[in-house]
Amino acid sequence: MNIDGVNTGYVIDHIKAGTGLEIYNFLKLDKADCTVAIIQRVESTKYGYKDIIKIDGDIPIDCNTLGYMDENITVNRIKDRKLLEKIHLELPEVLTNVIRCRNPRCITSVEEGIEHRFRLADRETRKYRCVYCDTLHTDFQ
Amino acid sequence: MGDHRNLINITDLSAAEIDHLIEIADDIIADPVKYQDMCAHKKLATLFFEPSTRTRLSFTAAMMELGGNVLGFDQASSSSTSKGESVADTIVMASCYADIIAMRHPKEGAPFVGAQYASVPVINAGDGGHFHPTQTLTDLMTIHRKKGSLGGYTIGMCGDLKFGRTVHSLINALLRYDDIKYVMISPEELELPDYIKDTLDEAGVEWKEVRSLDEAIPELDILYMTRVQRERFFNEEDYIRLKDSFILRREMLDPAKEDLAILHPLPRVNEIAKDVDDDPRACYFYQALMGKYIRMALILYLLGLK
Ligand SMILES: [Zn+2]
Repeated sequence: MNIDGVNTGYVIDHIKAGTGLEIYNFLKLDKADCTVAIIQRVESTKYGYKDIIKIDGDIPIDCNTLGYMDENITVNRIKDRKLLEKIHLELPEVLTNVIRCRNPRCITSVEEGIEHRFRLADRETRKYRCVYCDTLHTDFQ
Repeated sequence: MGDHRNLINITDLSAAEIDHLIEIADDIIADPVKYQDMCAHKKLATLFFEPSTRTRLSFTAAMMELGGNVLGFDQASSSSTSKGESVADTIVMASCYADIIAMRHPKEGAPFVGAQYASVPVINAGDGGHFHPTQTLTDLMTIHRKKGSLGGYTIGMCGDLKFGRTVHSLINALLRYDDIKYVMISPEELELPDYIKDTLDEAGVEWKEVRSLDEAIPELDILYMTRVQRERFFNEEDYIRLKDSFILRREMLDPAKEDLAILHPLPRVNEIAKDVDDDPRACYFYQALMGKYIRMALILYLLGLK
């Protein structure tokens, strides 16, 4: 893996090709006070093509939610030009304030100020269950 | 907030806790005087964001028989909620006035939200089509009183098995007990949902589906009737064609067992004919009475008084 240009920060690797900008926006990297590069359509032995984001700055990254968006992503933490940690993302057990329940009879459709919370019901099929009304949600992407 | 217990879903209670509640309720029936002042100076708040006369009366009667007091409101229109006050705020306020809360709400999960903000125990008195745990406790108490046990019988469940939450909840509760045979009686359109059928298969219990009450009645020890609603059908002909197969009339009981217990969560519309009421096997009003006793037991238990 090429970590050129990153002194201390992250290389977010194996992003599904074409979704790099989406991940960039989700991480609000336009607001980040550091150098950021999106590299699109990199040839990958594993996935055909992939996108990569390089961040030269030690900013907080929400790996939990990132795992929900794309569980195939790898987050490489870099310190002083060396690989510090390789984090393989996975679907999070609990999702808080990422998606909203689509059941119109759910209390979250009317009550303000409460967390929109889901628990992973089935990893294989990416099913999440609303903790309030127990409705199963799939296929968010 | 706090370390109090709530009852949001019937599965919040272990089988041992349900046994304990039934034991308390039996003791209340045996010696009501012993319990008549147990909740003296305690207050139950009935927060009914949608009207349900029967459930509210049952909770009110239960608290009064324990010597406690009841305050609260019925229907969103008579409370500040119509002005947009949140469940959270209403619950925090009610926690200041009452020692225990029974809450009904048209939105699913509302009592779960309430319990997160309350500083006193919260009982779910029905949240839309979602949960209604005190109905299930009522059903279990009635079965226990009529059959002497919560296992070892054949139970028929009739009517709307697709949308009927009382049936789904009762099945989940009964799966904890041994030697129960299930007969599911419904039109094809209102069959049990697949996920509940899967649950029955996984539990390895004996169960079958039949398409008419007549076919099922002779083998049943318990018949749990529910309403078949007209709006569940796509067209009027289907409704008229099917509804008679799922309405219980007096003469249909001729081949039934002598000690059959007929249950219904009430209110009924026309699914049990009036002339069944006088039959000794009709237990649905008795069931309403059991609902009061088991709610008394639940209030005592959640308040830590029993
Ligand atoms: Zn929901």
